[in-house]
Amino acid sequence: MQYLPNILFFLLLVAGVGYFTKNIRTVVRNIKLGIPVAISDHKKERYGNVARIALGQSKLLKRPISGALHAIVYLGFIIINIEVLEIIIDGLLGTHRIFAFLGGFYDFLIATFEILALLVLVSVVLFWTRRNVLKIKRFLSPEMKGWPKQDGNIILYFEVVLMGLFLLMNSSDYALQQMGAAHYTQAGSYPVSSLFAGIFDTMSQSSLIVIERTAWWLHITGILIFLNYLYFSKHLHILLAFPNVYFGSVTQKGQFKNNQAVTAEVKMMMDPSADPFAAPAPDAPPPPKFGASDVMDLTQVQLLNAYTCTECGRCTSECPANQTGKKLSPRKIMMDTRDRLQEVSKNIDANAGVFVPDGKQLLKDYISTEELWACTTCNACVEACPLSIDPLSIIMDMRQYLVMEQSAAPSELNGTMTNIENNGAPWPFNQMDRLNWAKE
Amino acid sequence: MSDLLKVPTMADFMAQGKQPEVLFWVGCAGSFDDRAKKITKAFVKLLNNAGVEFAVLGTEESCTGDPAKRAGNEFLFQMQAVTNIEVLNAYKVQKIVTACPHCFNTINNEYPQLGGNFEVMHHTQFLKTLLNDGRLKVEGGKFKGKKITFHDPCYLGRANGEYEAPRDLLRKLEVELVEMKRCKTNGLCCGAGGAQMFKEPEPGNKDINVERTEEAVDTGASIVATGCPFCNTMMTDGVKHKEKEDQVQVMDVAEMIANASEL
Ligand code: SF4
Ligand code: SF4
Repeated sequence: MQYLPNILFFLLLVAGVGYFTKNIRTVVRNIKLGIPVAISDHKKERYGNVARIALGQSKLLKRPISGALHAIVYLGFIIINIEVLEIIIDGLLGTHRIFAFLGGFYDFLIATFEILALLVLVSVVLFWTRRNVLKIKRFLSPEMKGWPKQDGNIILYFEVVLMGLFLLMNSSDYALQQMGAAHYTQAGSYPVSSLFAGIFDTMSQSSLIVIERTAWWLHITGILIFLNYLYFSKHLHILLAFPNVYFGSVTQKGQFKNNQAVTAEVKMMMDPSADPFAAPAPDAPPPPKFGASDVMDLTQVQLLNAYTCTECGRCTSECPANQTGKKLSPRKIMMDTRDRLQEVSKNIDANAGVFVPDGKQLLKDYISTEELWACTTCNACVEACPLSIDPLSIIMDMRQYLVMEQSAAPSELNGTMTNIENNGAPWPFNQMDRLNWAKE
Repeated sequence: MSDLLKVPTMADFMAQGKQPEVLFWVGCAGSFDDRAKKITKAFVKLLNNAGVEFAVLGTEESCTGDPAKRAGNEFLFQMQAVTNIEVLNAYKVQKIVTACPHCFNTINNEYPQLGGNFEVMHHTQFLKTLLNDGRLKVEGGKFKGKKITFHDPCYLGRANGEYEAPRDLLRKLEVELVEMKRCKTNGLCCGAGGAQMFKEPEPGNKDINVERTEEAVDTGASIVATGCPFCNTMMTDGVKHKEKEDQVQVMDVAEMIANASEL
């Protein structure tokens, strides 16, 4: 019986990590539904970006207040989680504060964790106020109603509870240490939790142990729940930010990729020896689909982008179309892509691993043509995104589908394109008049 | 004045068995749009004045395909690109300058994978090298001390990271350069990009060019300088919309330099 807690802890850990692993495998599977992209170039620059943009959060800090708060919560959270390592070892081996042998360094670590925990608590309260009390425009867009808004708050409550439990665990431990309780050897320094250890003065040692143990168990359980919550929330970015920034574009923002399928087609048309009326060879692959109407037509990087998006709305708040009241919101483009991908994922799960067409797609069922045609391709969203996400590339791919597969451009643009085709200019002027300005 | 413009074509150079120093890619707006033609001419005056041996393609030039690509017609874009690249390669063109950031971006970034490898410069970058080489004189003239703001064209700024060349030129004009709140990497689009120039905007509560013009007017500048024929149109329309034509003028950086030297 004496190993019961160890066994329980082991099972809890296996369940928590196991379910998380399963969901991450689903994410990977879903991303692989996209078109593969071979990225092996610019390694140095890419790692540099990861260090600067993902780890260093350089783009977030462009908005100093929210950037600094985020940095505190992020750093605090990461560093405090070193403590989780000790908790796991203690849980498995039945030890208590196994790293205590580090002595002075241990004191330093625990003290740092405590101060960070306090800072995280303060930042989280400020974050909550920003989200719920201050009327900050980017948190009020239509796409933020309902679940996305809740999601943003839930994660803040999580942090409050986890930090609270961490401090409760420490303060009761500290009180027990003062009492000289067995197993609670003097270890660590508790600049924050010692402040309110006084509330335990009147308690018996046994009830204090119950409090300490409960806080300890709830804290680690909370962390495992948090880990598993990520998959269902915008908070996947704490993991995906790194690969996403790595795979982000390293070319000039103005360089839109040239559609390879079209290049092949154009080459054939320009080839004087090709017979345009020849029947296709019987074993010829089906003609490629130009552009994107659903998530499977997007690249794996674009799908990774969708899972990484943290719904911060920095893109949307810089978007000229959105700022002037158009329906387009680059954040919504990313959220829609993820929602549709999750819908496809559930479909695959329900149908023994194969996608059964459901009569829906990303285009129109999620993203309207009105949104797509409002974009000026200005790249403000791409520039603003702290995670190197590219909403514009999805907009462009969907426009390609509309125009090349459906001939569904706005009528004025059809006129423009006819002009380019016939006159070599977007206006109905004759190409032979192109140099007239020099004589005027 | 304009009869003084020397605008040789690539064909002229070819006939003499010579290569120009640089090809001036005029672009559709620069060739056909009445307002943009003035920018073209101002730039040519500067080139003539600096003794730059340049040539244009003239009637052999065609749309780069930028509006087609941004409208989603990749097919038409690539047809235009391949045709243009054939012409440019046939003339063994190496260096291109253009006064249109869209042409600049397309030829610079999207032609290489289709077989067109050229050194491409925006006209403000080119003018700056002329200035550095002592071939071009940029002096304040009538702009000296005037309050000027520069509107960053998306396809020069964010798209290609060039924010300083036009500003350096403006500083040489000894103007008082004031920045709008949203400038450089955060610059707000004029509303023309992505083929929006050629269609009505989607329903909203304001036109983008009006939003941008308000910001420009708020700086108190008497001239909104820019480096793109489309931005120029959008901002000019915005100024008209706000009925500020008496107070605010929209000018290309090249026009200002030509104007200052009374060319
Ligand atoms: S590129 Fe399009 S979606 Fe992105 S900010 Fe500009 S207009 Fe908005
Ligand atoms: S795309 Fe980037 S900027 Fe836009 S909401 Fe997502 S994370 Fe924020």
